[in-house]
Amino acid sequence: MLRFALGALLVLAPLAQAANELRFTLRSEPKTFNPLMVEDESSETVRYLTGGVLIRLNRYTQELEGELASKWKVLENGRRIDFELRPNVHFSDGTPFSCEDVAFTMDRLMDPALHTPAGDAFRSAPGAVETKCASPTSASVRFPGPVAALALQYDQVAIMSAHSPHKEAAVLGPFMLGEYKPGAFLVLERNPNYWKKDSNGRKLPYLDSIRLDIQSNRELELLRFRRGELDMVNKLDPEMFDRLSSEMPHNVVDAGPSLDSELIFFNQASSAPLPAYKLNWFRSAAFRRAISDAIHRDDLVRVVYKGHARASAGPVSPANKFWLNAALKPAVYSAQAALDELQRDGFHRSGDALADREGHRVEFSMITNAGNKLHERTLTLIQQDLAKIGIQLNVLTLDFPSLIERITRTYNYESVLMALTNVGLDPNDQMNIWLSSAQTHPWNPNQKTPETPWEAEIDKLMQAQAASQTPAQRKIAFDKVQQIVADQAPMVFLVNPNALSAVSPNLKNVTPALLRPQIYWNAERLYLGSGYVSQK
Amino acid sequence: MNRTQKIAIGVLAAVTLASLAAGWIAPSYAEQFRDFISAPPSAKFPLGTDELGRDRFARLLYGTRVSLLLAPAAALLSTLIAALLGGTAGYLGGRWERLVTSGIDVFLSLPWLFLLMAVRALLPLNTSPVTSVVLTFLLLGCLGWASPARMLRAGTRTLANSDYLVQARASGVAPARLFWRHLLPNLKPILAAQFWISVPVFILSEANLSLLGLGVAEPLPSWGAMLRDLENYTSVLQNPWMLAPAVLLVAVVSCLQLLLRTEETLPC
Repeated sequence: MLRFALGALLVLAPLAQAANELRFTLRSEPKTFNPLMVEDESSETVRYLTGGVLIRLNRYTQELEGELASKWKVLENGRRIDFELRPNVHFSDGTPFSCEDVAFTMDRLMDPALHTPAGDAFRSAPGAVETKCASPTSASVRFPGPVAALALQYDQVAIMSAHSPHKEAAVLGPFMLGEYKPGAFLVLERNPNYWKKDSNGRKLPYLDSIRLDIQSNRELELLRFRRGELDMVNKLDPEMFDRLSSEMPHNVVDAGPSLDSELIFFNQASSAPLPAYKLNWFRSAAFRRAISDAIHRDDLVRVVYKGHARASAGPVSPANKFWLNAALKPAVYSAQAALDELQRDGFHRSGDALADREGHRVEFSMITNAGNKLHERTLTLIQQDLAKIGIQLNVLTLDFPSLIERITRTYNYESVLMALTNVGLDPNDQMNIWLSSAQTHPWNPNQKTPETPWEAEIDKLMQAQAASQTPAQRKIAFDKVQQIVADQAPMVFLVNPNALSAVSPNLKNVTPALLRPQIYWNAERLYLGSGYVSQK
Repeated sequence: MNRTQKIAIGVLAAVTLASLAAGWIAPSYAEQFRDFISAPPSAKFPLGTDELGRDRFARLLYGTRVSLLLAPAAALLSTLIAALLGGTAGYLGGRWERLVTSGIDVFLSLPWLFLLMAVRALLPLNTSPVTSVVLTFLLLGCLGWASPARMLRAGTRTLANSDYLVQARASGVAPARLFWRHLLPNLKPILAAQFWISVPVFILSEANLSLLGLGVAEPLPSWGAMLRDLENYTSVLQNPWMLAPAVLLVAVVSCLQLLLRTEETLPC
């Protein structure tokens, strides 16, 4: 009898809460509801919660799982992928899901006229992408060239209906757009036709709806969370986290280092309007390594990030378990090592100041975005660290559009502190950063041919790993890229901030992950009840 | 001058003297004591330390120096520009007046904050903190003339049609002498009022810019930059000494307002 009662409680617990609504905020207005055109974080949140994908990356285990595709197989060295689709699946408006929808989505995704951001990852070679349907539940997609991590790329592709009159409003994800008041809120309602069920055979999702308030003010967001008006805050800064932690210790989650990196880099662009001697400094690997050695990363972690970050060793965060080159260690702070390196490169102390071999005093500016307290504090710490080796660092905070203009168009900057936000795990997601020909190659973009041998080597290795379908071979190539970056220090990686969030004790089934979206990655299994969040 | 105004002068004098003596009282405003971050007040740090371990008292004194020296300088600049443009527009009239009035309207309709941000973005990269703060106040001074100029134009226009000026003109007094000897001395109360009004406005403008992270460059302190710490209201409740820059700002602005009343009641 007791066993039955407990069992009934377990089954009924989610049922009892099904009428509840999960509430959290979007920091800005979603720019689009077309899942193929998503670029901004708010639209990505809506896509994640409403879009149905063939394959999903489990944010917690970091492994691929079948969603709309029950099985898949990558063939022809990454040129082809075959899917076995789940039968009896329907879009939110009742339209049946079939291979035709996959073909329609692929056509839209690869349509050159649309320039879909998600399609970039599939564009490996010129030519058309062909989707064949042997049956309604069998799809085969063929690409003109090999696509690296082909299956993983489908995590970003929400399938659209080929026949629904509601177009992108017909979705296959756990929720669908219910109400939208621009500038105020969105309500995502439970998709009655969602295909997934829990182990007890109950249809998911448990939640009835999700209300996303558009709220850019972080202080107000925190205040509303405290009042119980919001159920979670998906990304907190360390100061807010500590404040909340002292008041509501059971409501905060520090999931450890995130995929993001804080870094600095120097302008090495040939067309930069900088004096030649400064370009020489910035193009010297010894100079860049010395700067790296002179920055006290442990103090950055302790003082700026209140302990909620980890000193960074390179471009891959420890959160990215597979692709991290574990042999790399963060630079150990040593002003003396930095000075020794600089002296070997022809620099010398001239009184308190440092001068190059031509007698120019080493003074340069570092820009960052205004209003970002963490960046401003980081720069102030770096300023004092560099002063110890005789370098004068001038800090310049700029509004964000001016900053982007300088680093991507006019190249009128000397060095910059910024964050590298990684959404994906795969090195292919960073192609636009590492290839010397890329428009967004940070320190010296749009190179016709690589200007340095080590950049040529990085290009070669990145292309090699992209062409290979063997994870082990790709790992070897990307490990070498990380080693070159550590040796040449074109970007000086500082810290990996932790993924910090706040969750109401009422929200159940929360298993915070390091990958975005950290808290609601399993939104279909979340429900509201009472108790404490279990930190895993 | 009443007793309250004497007290105001005393407070302003004490604050100014303390800021000028900052080099002796608390010399290290930039040094980071990283083992004493966010420390409470102590004998070594009378107002505790900030999030980077810097002495809040030293930063307050140096910040006062920046705000109290540069805000009046910017106010003086904007008042001079206003006197030149507004005064001549009111005195000469005609096309020049229409041109200046249109210029004033354009300047008043400009979103000055965005203009400041745009101009700041054009500054040279290697601008030292001191140069940067001087340029910021120079910009404020150059952009803040429109409102006083409108007052001065109206004041000059009224005076230009007054009986004594009409009589002086009829007696054959030269225009330049008329301007310098008869008009300008009578504009003095308006000029003084505009100057004293502008001082707190510029102090607060710098504070606003600093709140956006666009004010005085690190590591140089200013009241505005220190006021940014008050965004974290929980910390303020727990560490009330963080309110010191706000208290000082209110005290100084209030004292300036009290002195302004003295200027307003001065006989012509």
